[in-house]
This record gives sequence, C-alpha cells and structure tokens, in this order.
Amino acid sequence: MSTPSGFASPAAKTSGVVPPAAPSGITRATLLKDLRLEWRSKDAINSMLFFSLLVVVVFSFSFDPTAEESRQIAGGLVWVAFLFAAVVALNQTWARELRNQVLDAYRVSPAPANALFLAKTLGNFIFVVVLEALMTPLFIIFYRLRAIGPSWQLLLVAAFGTWALVVNGTFFAAMSIRTRSREIMLPLLLFPISIPALLAMVQATTAILTGEYNARFWIGLLATYDLVFTTGCLLLFELVLNAE
Amino acid sequence: MTDNASVITVTNLIKQFGRFAALRGVTAEFAAGKIYAILGDNGAGKTTLLRTLAGLNHPSSGQVTILGATKFRDICREVGYMAHPALLYDEMSGMENLAYFARLYGVTGENLGADAIRAVGLDPDLPRPVGQYSQGMRQRMSLARALLNDPKVLLLDEPFSNVDLRSARDMVGLLAGLRDQGKTIFVVTHQASLLKGIADEFIRMEAGKIVDRTREIAEVAR
Repeated sequence: MSTPSGFASPAAKTSGVVPPAAPSGITRATLLKDLRLEWRSKDAINSMLFFSLLVVVVFSFSFDPTAEESRQIAGGLVWVAFLFAAVVALNQTWARELRNQVLDAYRVSPAPANALFLAKTLGNFIFVVVLEALMTPLFIIFYRLRAIGPSWQLLLVAAFGTWALVVNGTFFAAMSIRTRSREIMLPLLLFPISIPALLAMVQATTAILTGEYNARFWIGLLATYDLVFTTGCLLLFELVLNAE
Repeated sequence: MTDNASVITVTNLIKQFGRFAALRGVTAEFAAGKIYAILGDNGAGKTTLLRTLAGLNHPSSGQVTILGATKFRDICREVGYMAHPALLYDEMSGMENLAYFARLYGVTGENLGADAIRAVGLDPDLPRPVGQYSQGMRQRMSLARALLNDPKVLLLDEPFSNVDLRSARDMVGLLAGLRDQGKTIFVVTHQASLLKGIADEFIRMEAGKIVDRTREIAEVAR
C-alpha cells in the first residue's frame, strides 16, 4: 500500500517477528556496534592514549630511578596510569548511549539488560587491552624494566586486572549516568571499590618484576575478585538500567 | 480480541517526580485500531503518560494494562515507541541503526530495515550517518525504528515536530494506514490540526489529568 505522496505502509513484510534473539547474539551485536562507533569517533581510545602517554612522560621526568628501583615502583605506576586512563573510556561508554536517549530504545526492547552489560564490559576490556598493548613497550623503555620472575604471569595479571577495572567501571559508570556530575561521580564510586583489585595487581606485578616473592596468591585474589564482582554486577545491572 | 476491545487500560495512574506530580490519577481505556491524539500545554503530562505506557517511567501508584499484561516486559515486543529525541546513533547510517535494533527484537528478514525506511519516505541506501540528517529526516528514521518490530501499539511523541508540512501529511497518511491494519496509535502533538479527520479521538490533558476526550478537535480546543 502506498500513499499518494510516496509513504508506503510497511504492512507487506517479507518476514516477521521470531522468538527473542539469544542474549549472546545481542551481546555480539551490541559489542560490534560499540566497536564500530569507537572506530568512527575514536573518542575513547584517543583520550586514553594521550592521557597515558602524558603519565609516562611526566613520571619519567619526575623520577630517575635505577633499574632496581623501577622494578619496585613500576607495578604501582603502570596500574595507576591504566586505572585513570580507563576512567576516560568508561565515561564514554554510556555517554554515547545518552546522546539522543538511545538507551531508552534499548530499555523498551525485549533485549535482556545483562546482554547490554556484557557487551559494554567486553568493549571496555578491548579498549583498555589495546591501550595496555600500546603503552607497555613505552613503560618498558622509559623505566628500563625487565622481569626477574616468570613474565608469562604478567599476562594473567593484565587480563584479570583489566577485567576487574572494567567490570566495576562499566557498572558504576551506568549508575552515575543520571547524576549531574557523572564524570566526578564515577571515580568516587569506582576507586574505593577497586582498592583490593588494585592492591593485588600492584603486588602481583611487583612480585613478577622483582622475583622476590610468588605472585600466585595475588593472581588468585584477582581471579576471585573478578568472579565475585562480575556476578554481583550481572545480578544488579537490570535494576541500574531501569532506575529513574 | 475484537477490533474495538480495550488494548490499554490505565487505572488511577499517578506519577511523581520528587514532590511534583506529573500524572494525578489518570484513568482511561483505549480501544484497538484507533488513533488517539494527546493534546495539552507544556507540562500537562502528555510525555510522562506516554513514557509510562512505554514502561520507561514506573508508576508511583495505579496500574497500566497493555494487551492484558501489567508488566511491560511481557508485551514489549508489541509496542513501538518514538520519543522526541531520535533514539538513533548519530555515527551510523539509517540502515546500520535499524539492523542493530532489529537484532534487539529478534526481527529477521533481509529487507526489513529497508522496507521500514521506505515506508517513511527515505532512501535505505543513503550512506550518510544519521548525525548528518536534517531534523525532519531524523524524525522519519525514528518512526521507521518504531515500526521495525511491526508493533500492535504505537506510542509517538511529537512525530511531526521539525517536519515540513508535506512530509507531516505523508506521515499522517501512513499512520492512518497503520490504524486501518488494526494498530492502536497514540500521538502526542502540538499540531493537532494535522490529525483532523484522521484521529479517532482527541484527548486533552491538563495538570496531569485527562480533562476531555472527544471525536472532534474543535471541541477539545474550546
């Protein structure tokens, strides 16, 4: 059917509504959409990169450590830099959903809240891992780092540590999107709850770099932290998404 | 369900934001296959009523029943919602937007997004991102998004704002066609004259209440 002026009724559809898409399909679609949006705007990755680069340069001018001193302090420097940089990406995550109130379109759809949360968390994980992959060589060069302990464990620390930052960060960023000063609110909520994870990340990294003690305990603590907070966030996210 | 059976029942609906009551005890029934034009001054509660029907605002008290369900989640697949903002991603093209939202509804079909875009008089092959659309094109694309899941109930907030007169009349024609297919359509608008002769009922709201329901626009405007 077509109106005289060219508007056509969408009645004659070649297909119809089928049972709800699997949450994994929605997660994948949302993740791909977020990666596409970031690829086109580069809002998060550019801000994170410039911020981290500044931290590396400023710290390297402020301190002039020996190789041994570097191994002692690098864990703290690296993870604090990544934590601050991640906050930039985390704020962007939901900001693009607020433009044109697109989040409301998700809320009125049958798509499950957890699928959105997982997609956002995975997206942030990818952004922060890309940042870490780009910045780690710079840290190694500027601070003359060399691991004395088993360096492969650094991959575990990076994976569990990054997940710890982004899972809570994505959750608290969603909580703070409706507040007036959300860019301040996110660190206020995120940093205190990240202290156990940050401590584990710093201790594990220092243990691996210095080889003075075993990092297993701290890696186990990180894994447990991830499990507990991922479960908690998944259970509570629907409430956060639909809060007014 | 018969054509004129009540699809939406609102019972003593109150919505408060802090100490401000945006809806003050709205009670009404709405039948299937009709166009309802919701009119009223700014702050009358029109958008709040629409958002509450769309499950975006939770009632402070009272009840909303849509298609027999009191939980919006149970019937969200049957409702299409168009808000005043576009609810679209500026960085993606119209087709990319609709492809994403189709996934959320589990809607399949290669041409579905293109059909919805053509239905509102736009070109599905337009590669421009939505952020570069004119305001009128954004409104139409937003309507296409609301139609994507072939809903039984359409909730439209200011669909004609910033749309040129010819396109607005085309949209009205499209809505009339959808009503004739049995869809129930709510249109919040300040341009009631566009719906003259098309809308089945004009509903006037004032201070969070429905104060008048009539078949003729002149009676409401009185």
